Amino acid sequence: MARPLINAPAKLKRGQVFEIKTLISHIMETGFRYTTTGEHIPRDIVTAFSCSYNGEEIFRADLYPAISANPFLTFFTVATESGTLDFKWIGDNGFSETATAKIVVE
Amino acid sequence: MGKNIPTRRALLLGGLAGGLAATIRLEPAQATPERMRAAIRNVVGEASVRKGRVELDVPPLVENGNTVSLGVSVDSPMTATDHVKAIHVFNEKNPQPNVISVHLGPRAGKAKISTRFRLADSQIVTAIAEMSDGTFWSASADVIVTLAACVEGI
Repeated sequence: MARPLINAPAKLKRGQVFEIKTLISHIMETGFRYTTTGEHIPRDIVTAFSCSYNGEEIFRADLYPAISANPFLTFFTVATESGTLDFKWIGDNGFSETATAKIVVE
Repeated sequence: MGKNIPTRRALLLGGLAGGLAATIRLEPAQATPERMRAAIRNVVGEASVRKGRVELDVPPLVENGNTVSLGVSVDSPMTATDHVKAIHVFNEKNPQPNVISVHLGPRAGKAKISTRFRLADSQIVTAIAEMSDGTFWSASADVIVTLAACVEGI
């Protein structure tokens, strides 16, 4: 259901500052809505996101119901060495999703 | 007799004073509502928040409050000794004052993030950056929303 999308350049120069774009499909139900019959729709959101670069955390975000459905998040980092970027999303009802991206630093 | 019964004059004066108080209380309607201020206090503590160094990029007029693009960049060299530790975004009229909190470090290289968020009403959005030296900087933007998000039923 939740399919993450990562966009990061595959080849980089050492010291280069580059942008990482992430998107995960998720309804991000706010918990403030009701159905037409008056039933409360329980909250179901992604609450946390983190990104590690070769095991070291470089970015972390706390998400709230105000974030749109299918959370899209971009941020920057410095290319230090070749390796992997690990992404992790955690949310309500035991939601957990991971993704990885390989980068080559020349 | 009549000591404890308010005279017409007293009532009139009282009404006038009440009216004045009401207008005075209405005046800062543009200011940050209490909820958002409390949420900001929660993050910054006793520190003072100064305007500047933060650039908040939100469209001034939004047609659909369900997806509003949000960009925050902070003027910082992002070195080990001088960098942005966190960026917090707040709103004043959604059911909850928080939008997002991100934690960065010197490895970010550039203190810039973007995402998409919801707005339940036309309101002021505030971004606050926490620096490594303990100072807080902020920027605010006014957003007009024509179709609100969050609270509509399905």
